[in-house]
Amino acid sequence: MIELVNIVKEFKVTGRGEAVHAVNDVSLTVEDGDIFGIIGFSGAGKSTLVRCINLLGRPSSGKVIIDGRDMMSLSDKELREARKKIGMIFQHFNLMPSRTVEENVAFPLKGSGLTKDQIHEKVMKLLKLVEIDEKASVYPSQLSGGQKQRVAIARALANDPNILLCDEATSALDPQTTQSILQLIKRLNKELGLTVVVITHEMAVIKSICNKVAVMENGRVAESGDVFAIFTDPQQQITKNFIRTTSNVSKVYEFVENDAEVVRLKEGEVLAILHYRQPEDVSVPLISTASRRYEVNLNILFADVEIIDNKSIGDTVVILQGENDNVSEAIKYLERHNLRVEVVKDARISV
Amino acid sequence: MQGYLFNIGTAAGAAAGRLGHGILLAKNTVTGPAFIETSLPNVYSHWGDFLEAMRDTLIMELWAGGISFCIGLVLGVVLTVMRPGGILENKPVYQALDKIVNLFRSIPFIILLTALMPLSRLIMGTAIYVRGAIVPLVFGCTPFFIRQVEAALAQIDYGLIEAALSMGCSPLDVIVRVYLKESVGHIARATTITAISLLGLTAMAGAVGAGGLGDFAIRYGHDRNMTDITWTTVIVLVIAVSIVQTLGGWIAKKNTH
Repeated sequence: MIELVNIVKEFKVTGRGEAVHAVNDVSLTVEDGDIFGIIGFSGAGKSTLVRCINLLGRPSSGKVIIDGRDMMSLSDKELREARKKIGMIFQHFNLMPSRTVEENVAFPLKGSGLTKDQIHEKVMKLLKLVEIDEKASVYPSQLSGGQKQRVAIARALANDPNILLCDEATSALDPQTTQSILQLIKRLNKELGLTVVVITHEMAVIKSICNKVAVMENGRVAESGDVFAIFTDPQQQITKNFIRTTSNVSKVYEFVENDAEVVRLKEGEVLAILHYRQPEDVSVPLISTASRRYEVNLNILFADVEIIDNKSIGDTVVILQGENDNVSEAIKYLERHNLRVEVVKDARISV
Repeated sequence: MQGYLFNIGTAAGAAAGRLGHGILLAKNTVTGPAFIETSLPNVYSHWGDFLEAMRDTLIMELWAGGISFCIGLVLGVVLTVMRPGGILENKPVYQALDKIVNLFRSIPFIILLTALMPLSRLIMGTAIYVRGAIVPLVFGCTPFFIRQVEAALAQIDYGLIEAALSMGCSPLDVIVRVYLKESVGHIARATTITAISLLGLTAMAGAVGAGGLGDFAIRYGHDRNMTDITWTTVIVLVIAVSIVQTLGGWIAKKNTH
């Protein structure tokens, strides 16, 4: 378990007396086995915060407690031993360019007391685990980004850590490679019982592997909790903005603004976004029921509905056509079933 | 005042030594290969001096270069790790060392040669000949090499240092296993540049009677108008520089992946 208590990290601005608070009074608890996401725009303090966990950057004040041990009170030597049990991977992989893949993974094993043969065996086992064992003897410069990150993960796992810190680990990768690395991290979390802390600026990363999330802004945690709860019921504007980035439904606002053909309404039509927020029963065909019962047509323009944690979540953009009263009734019906109906454009004749 | 007079005295002594040395060498009767006799008559008749000059240059290059390499590498690392934001940040040591390096970098070598004579006498027992040239050569060469090492180490991505620290490496581990190991190629290039500039300095060391190829070319080629000696010396130096450059480039390439 990682407990961060009232972490403050200040940087002195050279030439001036004042200090900048990169991290300002952050408290977080990461339970064993969590994949804990920390999301924020660049400059939000998330990378600084994650470096407080292994004390690569020592907090100005506050407490870092890992499995009950106060990290800040450790001697230099004890801290180095403790760091061996906290793996870390980076945005730019940070592999040693003059060493082969095998030598890179063996790097943290020097001084571990293992013989040369044991080290070789262990390295090969790690490389198999991350599915890159066929590249053992090549140099990092010959690898693709995704392959480099796999090697970096193997290296981070060399000393059998129980924590893995990922600092923007997928930010330099293309979407497909990002997914494969994320799936690897998720698998390691399950197979090895690794506790993972993921730093990212992409909500998609949080959505695909994290079970908990903290949203950071200006050095503070704006909001934190279970990923599903945050997605379904975001409280802070920044969280809402991040969630918007994961859905292409927000495009509808642009269309309306530009008066695009697709959203031009005829008289009596209503353009609306249906926000699926955990309907109590996903098996009820809400749209077709509404359509039949109230004699309105619901024309689905586009939709982005996903299943997170076995619950459906997302948005559908529709145009409702029908008699004024019927359209209103249909909207009420949908709202009764826990759909939030956001009317974007209304071409009904005002009574 | 005392020191000033003393310095002039030693400089004069050095000049006298150089003359004596030259006369002594002129008596050297070893002759070179026959084919040189016709094409390069002066080189032929001073073949013994020529060999000796090459030997002196080599001795100065290797001794001064070797010592500078060791000191420069250590101090280059010290400057890198103790600079603000470095892994062993130490402002006073960094500032002091940085200023000292700048100081010696800014003194022209020919002044350094005479100014360091007392120190040379203290360490080497003499301020003239090849032995007397080693100390000023080291002082002239090391600060340059320190800066070269600093530049080489600065090319190491700080991410690598961070990664090593996150794996539980001690500062010494980071220095040896990351800074030095990962910059072998850069340091090889830095050493090449320094070795070649040192070769230039050894030519000036003739001013304290150190001999060597530069001195040989001036004494015979220039002073006695024996142009074939000047050209032969130049060719030998070109070959020497090419060898050093090729060797350095090869080591650098072998260590860059």
